[in-house]
Amino acid sequence: MNPGDTLAVSCREVQKHFGDGETRVQALRGVEFDARFGELSFLVGPSGCGKTTLISVIAGLLDRTGGELSVLGVEVDKLTPSERILFRRKNVGFLFQQYNLLPAFTAAENVAVPLLIAGVPRKEALERARSMLSRLGLAERTGALPSQLSGGQQQRVALARALIHEPRLVICDEPTAALDHASGEAVMSLLSANAVHPDRAVIIVTHDTRVFHYAQSIAQMDDGRIAKVTRKEAQA
Amino acid sequence: MNFVALRMLVGDRSKYFGLVFAIAFCTFLLENQTSIFAGILKRTASQILDVTDAEVWVMDPKTEYWDQTKALKDTDLTRVRGVPGVAWAVRLFKGNPVTKTLNGKFAVSLIIGLDDATLSGAPRKILLGSWERLWEPDSVVIDEAGYVLLFPGEPLELGRTLEMNDHRVTVVGISDPSPPFLSVPIMHTRYSEAVNFLGRERTQLSFIVARALPGIAPSELTARIENATSLRARTTQQFMWDCVRYYLKNTGIPVNFGITILVALVVGTVVAGQTFYLFTVENLKQFGALKAMGVTNPRLVGMILLQAASVAALGFSLGTGMAAIFFEIFRHKLATRGIVLWWQCAGLTGACIFFVAMVASILSIRRVLVLEPAEVFR
Repeated sequence: MNPGDTLAVSCREVQKHFGDGETRVQALRGVEFDARFGELSFLVGPSGCGKTTLISVIAGLLDRTGGELSVLGVEVDKLTPSERILFRRKNVGFLFQQYNLLPAFTAAENVAVPLLIAGVPRKEALERARSMLSRLGLAERTGALPSQLSGGQQQRVALARALIHEPRLVICDEPTAALDHASGEAVMSLLSANAVHPDRAVIIVTHDTRVFHYAQSIAQMDDGRIAKVTRKEAQA
Repeated sequence: MNFVALRMLVGDRSKYFGLVFAIAFCTFLLENQTSIFAGILKRTASQILDVTDAEVWVMDPKTEYWDQTKALKDTDLTRVRGVPGVAWAVRLFKGNPVTKTLNGKFAVSLIIGLDDATLSGAPRKILLGSWERLWEPDSVVIDEAGYVLLFPGEPLELGRTLEMNDHRVTVVGISDPSPPFLSVPIMHTRYSEAVNFLGRERTQLSFIVARALPGIAPSELTARIENATSLRARTTQQFMWDCVRYYLKNTGIPVNFGITILVALVVGTVVAGQTFYLFTVENLKQFGALKAMGVTNPRLVGMILLQAASVAALGFSLGTGMAAIFFEIFRHKLATRGIVLWWQCAGLTGACIFFVAMVASILSIRRVLVLEPAEVFR
């Protein structure tokens, strides 16, 4: 398998609405979107265009209301709720805009959380977490609480947490939005270097045009649809 | 994930300590008030429980509790003794004379007249002197608290002189009976002496105390006595509960204590429940992140219940420790002697505390269960 040849995520005419009657909001209006293994796929667009809804549907956090969706070869919304949770636990890593680190936990403990959820013994989970933090340049900060870390460091901890259980799909929601340019660059550089893997796809929702150069493909969303997809070969 | 739950709980120190101490003080108040309440009610029957020789009490049919007596006829004693199954039955007198010291200090007292021949009905504990010295003329055994009340600041010693109804009496013993409901000196003497100290009336027999023959249950004997004499007969335990029930029904004690207990329960519930609820609500984002990462709802419920149970256990333990220290300190004071932390009160309080913690956690669980994991992206 050549990196980029296989689809990790395939959305065909995906629709999603919230509410009914007069309060009905059509968030996704037939989305056509692909994310390939071994690539950073960017999802960009104005606020309210449906980016967050789309990644929530892809991650199995929301049910689509129409169309077809395949994630890692599985039709996620046909899984039972418990199967979907197990699928997410095993296959999906998350990077949130506000980091969502547990404030009472040290950096290493935060990174270990996905392993603890998967039932890995605490000692082993913490060892692996420290190793991952070392790879991301935080070897000296493994015992620090989130409140003792800068925004960039917190996002690197969150990145380590997203990758620690070696998921095949990483979903990043505005990972650089709360960071200054230098910190954002550092996070994206680490993300690019550590997350991209022939058997892994990375979807990044962002507004930050300064980091577009990391993308292999950029899907522009507007009003619940993919308006345009640009691939790196085409950019070049 | 238990580790995650507990670290989340203790991570916010101010909220954690707030929760623990809210529960601890609620526990302390509940155990304190319920135990004092139980102790005070038990005092209403102290002198009944102190009579350990007898197991059946016989009284006028209208008598409802210890402090309400209507004298029986002397012939009633003979009638009771004639009931089949009675091993023995003796007289017991109860009165409330004014006792004076030679320096003029006086107090209304409780005098208990014991059977002249056997001294049956005397409490077990005596600190100075002996019960046998009651066979000396004009002698009494006084309780320690009464002695301290009548002779404040003076050492315990025998041979002191008291005056009751123009009778000079000598203290021949200092006893340690169960504290009475009212803080009055308790004096024991022989029946024949006691009736003299109070002044002769036509009938003076307050109670008859009796014991059943081996093989006959006290409750069976009470039934036989009632059938044979038309007097009221109660076992010691029944008579104790009669007194407790009387005070519960006819005094403001249960209402006053009930209000305090209710306030403690409501305040504790509201403070602990609200703090725990807010703790969970403020952590909703984190719970949402955990949900997104693959933590199941049952696991989250387990985490919240573990948090609630551990904070309740710690708060309850601290509160019980505080209550134990309180009662240990006051147990040695004469005025509050006998008021102890009842294990039943601690158990009941524990059940209340865990109920409160569970209610708070159930409200919190609801918020977490309905939480959409997609919320973490908002």
